Amino acid sequence: MIVSELQLALPEIFIAAMACVVLIADLFVSDERRGLTHSLALLVLAFAGIITLRLMMPVGETVTAFSETFVRDRFGDILKLFAYLVLIGVFVYAKHFLRMAGLYKGEFYSLSLFALLGVMIMISASSLLTVYLGLELLALSSYALVALNRDSARGAEAAMKYFILGSLASGILLFGMSLIYGATGSLALSEIAGALGQAASGDALLAFGLVFLVVGIAFKLGAVPFHMWLPDVYHGAPVAVTLLIASLPKIGYLALAIRLLADGMGPMHEDWQAMLAVLAALSLVLGNVVAIAQSNIKRMLAYSTISHVGFILLGLLAASPAGYAAATFYTLVYALMSAGAFAMIILLSANGIEAENLDDFKGLNARSPWFALMMLMLMFSLAGIPVFVGFFAKWQVIAAAIDAGFTGLAILAVVTAVIGAFYYLRVVKLMYFDEPENTTPVTAPFDFQTVLSINGLAMLGLGLFSGGLISLCISAFS
Amino acid sequence: MDIKTILLLIPLLPLIGSAIAGLLRHPIGRSGAHTVTILAVASSFGLSAWVAWQVFMTDWEVLNYTVYKWAVVDGIELEVGFLIDSLTALMMVVVTFVSFMVHVYTIGYMKDDPGYQRFFAYINLFTFAMLMLVMANNFLQLFFGWEAVGLVSYLLIGFWFKKESAVRANLKAFLVNRGGDFGLLLGVAAVLMYMGSLDYAEVFAAAPTVAGQTMTVFGGVEWSVMTFICICLFIGAMGKSAQVPLHVWLPDSMEGPTPISALIHAATMVTAGIFMVARLSPMYELSTTALSFILIIGAITALFMGLIGIVQNDIKRVVAYSTLSQLGYMTVALGASAYSVAIFHLMTHAFFKALLFLAAGSVIIAMHHKQDMREMGGLGRIMPITAVTAWVGSLALIGFPFFSGFFSKDIIIESVKQIDRTGASFAVFAVYAGVVVTALYTFRMLYLTFHGKPRADEEMLSHAHESPWVVTLPLVLLAIPSLLVGYFTVEPLLFGGALSDAIYIDPANDPVAAVGSHFHGPAAFALHGFVTPVFWLAMLGVGLSTWIYLFQPSVAENVKRRFHWLWTVLDRKYGFDEFYQNIVTGGGLKLAGFLSRRGDRMIIDGWIVHGSARLVGAVAARVRGVQTGFLYHYAFAMIIGLVALVFAFVLLKG
Amino acid sequence: MLTLAHFLTLGAILFSIGVAGIFLNRKNIIILLMSIELMLLAVNMNFIAFSRFLDNMDGQIFVFFILTVAAAEAAIGLAILVVLFRNRQTINVEDIEELRG
Repeated sequence: MIVSELQLALPEIFIAAMACVVLIADLFVSDERRGLTHSLALLVLAFAGIITLRLMMPVGETVTAFSETFVRDRFGDILKLFAYLVLIGVFVYAKHFLRMAGLYKGEFYSLSLFALLGVMIMISASSLLTVYLGLELLALSSYALVALNRDSARGAEAAMKYFILGSLASGILLFGMSLIYGATGSLALSEIAGALGQAASGDALLAFGLVFLVVGIAFKLGAVPFHMWLPDVYHGAPVAVTLLIASLPKIGYLALAIRLLADGMGPMHEDWQAMLAVLAALSLVLGNVVAIAQSNIKRMLAYSTISHVGFILLGLLAASPAGYAAATFYTLVYALMSAGAFAMIILLSANGIEAENLDDFKGLNARSPWFALMMLMLMFSLAGIPVFVGFFAKWQVIAAAIDAGFTGLAILAVVTAVIGAFYYLRVVKLMYFDEPENTTPVTAPFDFQTVLSINGLAMLGLGLFSGGLISLCISAFS
Repeated sequence: MDIKTILLLIPLLPLIGSAIAGLLRHPIGRSGAHTVTILAVASSFGLSAWVAWQVFMTDWEVLNYTVYKWAVVDGIELEVGFLIDSLTALMMVVVTFVSFMVHVYTIGYMKDDPGYQRFFAYINLFTFAMLMLVMANNFLQLFFGWEAVGLVSYLLIGFWFKKESAVRANLKAFLVNRGGDFGLLLGVAAVLMYMGSLDYAEVFAAAPTVAGQTMTVFGGVEWSVMTFICICLFIGAMGKSAQVPLHVWLPDSMEGPTPISALIHAATMVTAGIFMVARLSPMYELSTTALSFILIIGAITALFMGLIGIVQNDIKRVVAYSTLSQLGYMTVALGASAYSVAIFHLMTHAFFKALLFLAAGSVIIAMHHKQDMREMGGLGRIMPITAVTAWVGSLALIGFPFFSGFFSKDIIIESVKQIDRTGASFAVFAVYAGVVVTALYTFRMLYLTFHGKPRADEEMLSHAHESPWVVTLPLVLLAIPSLLVGYFTVEPLLFGGALSDAIYIDPANDPVAAVGSHFHGPAAFALHGFVTPVFWLAMLGVGLSTWIYLFQPSVAENVKRRFHWLWTVLDRKYGFDEFYQNIVTGGGLKLAGFLSRRGDRMIIDGWIVHGSARLVGAVAARVRGVQTGFLYHYAFAMIIGLVALVFAFVLLKG
Repeated sequence: MLTLAHFLTLGAILFSIGVAGIFLNRKNIIILLMSIELMLLAVNMNFIAFSRFLDNMDGQIFVFFILTVAAAEAAIGLAILVVLFRNRQTINVEDIEELRG
């Protein structure tokens, strides 16, 4: 019995064990041979992918283990596979930067793998306890990663802000959990949902608890007004770490939101739909407007993240399988887009100095037409221009929101997306119509160039062949 | 390889070539770019030829299949699909062959141009888009191909974007084609609305049921649905195939490099409209009103655009107006239900007109990019290959018996005579008169360029020489089909039923069959051609221009002085440009000027555009200020958010 | 007799003090770390109270996990504090405002 339960959690167990192995093995690797750690980490991810694929759950089947604290379903497996994929890309991108900046150390890999483990636990959580543990594992790893460069005052400041505000949010989330536990008498999400179905509505404990939960989720995702940590952390962290925290955790936080709100608090969906609607509207407006005023591309992408969070919330608040599928699709696409966009910053960075100003993109077309085209595809996709995959992502969530009756919000989303297109297109304009300030050729290792090219082309490819990924996301919720 | 892989490769190879030449233009260099793209288009041509062989020479089942299903929206399937029948196969061969020739020729023509790789990337991309257009099995893909060829065409007209006139021509082409595309889009939308599908086969099947329906367009006027759809779609064709009054962009498009004029603006893209109407023949056959409309538009274009050709002095513009006139002939054939003849003329015209353009280009190279025929003359001795091939092209153009143009043009004229519908008698007059006009301007061009006394200055002449082999080889290779293709294909294509799987003609009213009953082999037909009025009308034109331009150049001046008003009308191109400039654009501009002063600058610019931009900027700067950097402010914002949510959702609801 | 409401009120008060400490304190970052601990303890108080009154063990188990995580959190927080102090020579909350806008 216990053996089969362990088998259900095999990917998590494997990642946990291997994160420790990477941590220890790295002690015996000299600085010149750090590539071994890198290869080992990639190998771990590839193996985890194989294991997860081999144990992939069929459509519509759900199994729980460990006294209903752990759940395996197709939704989780799809998210986990994407998490590995994103982390592989992040490792390849990050290596180039870490080397340049003299930060190429084993800690990055073990901390990233622990963050991945946190994401996976969150994805497979079916109890408030496991949700919390996954969340904290991810959060603690992220705090440490942001401070990866010990000689950077900005990095330390960002880490401190992230840590304090993140802990505050965890506290709020936990407080909400305690109230919900008190009102329903259980930690298991399915039992909570069952208890809510019978409980008299208007229970004050539940209402309070729900608000605290939503605030916790909103903070983690970066929704307005709980977004303030996000620009500072993106800005202050080394770009390799920004790349990581802008992509991988989003997958986990999506799972967090779906597990807590849809699986746990499903019967109270009318309440949280309204709350998410407010947060989504604020995020859409503030993210897109403030991004225009930025001259630092890391901050610009941070505010763009906030606006994309608005779109993800738009899918979630539909509270229907189609809405969750749309939010999932959006999140996966967003993780790829933002990973590619931050990788472009790494590409243009030289000697470990980050190319974080918009002006660094001037005249990129003259320096490297191919990578200018890749950036163009990423920007078009982020802006949601048709044919590129970002458009389909936006379309899906907007359609879901309209179906759920949030027409006004959908219109607001379209209007703000149009305003938002401005700052993405400004990057394209800088690349194609301005004279370069720096004419040194763009160079990067082969693996970096390959992955970045695939990432950029995927924006177009996934757009042209968007059907497959969309139906995969839909299959997760049927 | 199975057949579907081959069919997929045919359009994809040029796309890949284009991507390589366009994106890797620095690493692969100039020779890399032309090697890759030419290889791509040559293989594409080879495969197309093989497919055409399969289609025409073996027992071929029409292939109609979905390559990729893109999305399903409200039950409407949006997909990429191929429909491979005789019409498609023929178009594929024409497109890839001409494109192949033009690629080779470009090596010579563009050899000093800094945008060499970009140019190859564009023409390869064009080949891809055109192939997608002709291979489509649904309206969506047709529209995609339509817009894509248009896009490449704009890019290429404006290729020399530092040239003011090129930029203007580019804009003009863009605007006029928008007008046409609007019609096309409206037509496609109407098809979707009334037939509930975008797939050709399904639409054709549904067409007869829709034929009887009527719709109200504006204020109480009842329209037959089919007529409305057909005319809307044809308006799209008028834009792309440059029919009066949407023709004004084509002569100006000659600002682009000559290979483009040959490839896009003579042989392939402009025939897209003709191809579309032929492809949709099962729909057009249901609306005689639409066919009459087409017939009249075509007849006007055929005659009046030819007349303008007589007064042009720019060698490329003469060929351009000749293209307009010949497109008019094809349109007349469509209007007369002789779709197969239109396609036949499309094919022969593609060869001889590409030839004439490339010959003109060869002359232009020799004259160091001077295009004015008044400064040429006597070039025949200096560049014999160009001259001979230009003669072949010209004889084909005027329809001299045995040349390929003879068969197609003569059968168009015969078919129009068979038909009995509104506008037919005018069309008969126009095509007959057009024959004289064609001969006149064609020989004028030949004489002014290649014969008579050289009028260029000494220095120019001493540098002029025959073009390199990469230029003359395509000329020779195009001269061969210009001479022969008509003779060998007229019988199977028109009367042997080779196109019958793609084209539907109402059997009760089939002009081609009527012509076919008098047809006894190409040789007999060509010999008979010497005694028809068409031949003598052409000879009249040839004689007139020989007399005027070879022996009595003063006559031209006299005529010009005597009939100055007529000359002015022609030189001004009937005032279409002025009309658009003054009435449409001008009136628009005046209105716009007023609105700009009153409405735009004050309200829109002042308040809405600048105002909103300033507002957004100001708001952004202000909101940015909220991000103070202080931890306790951030925490405070979170607490405020939490308290607000508690108030709104717990206390107020409680 | 102590009722559930008493415990919850105590928890809420402790939590509020913790939260207030985070945004009212403008001097020492270490006080922020203490405030965070206080919030977590308030949550623990809630869980234990519910567990006791619902007669359900789950809440107490959760508390053990929270205690453990809180220890790890404090360790990371102090580590970041050390890094910050090395770079800035200050742990004054008002001095960390380089990143803004």
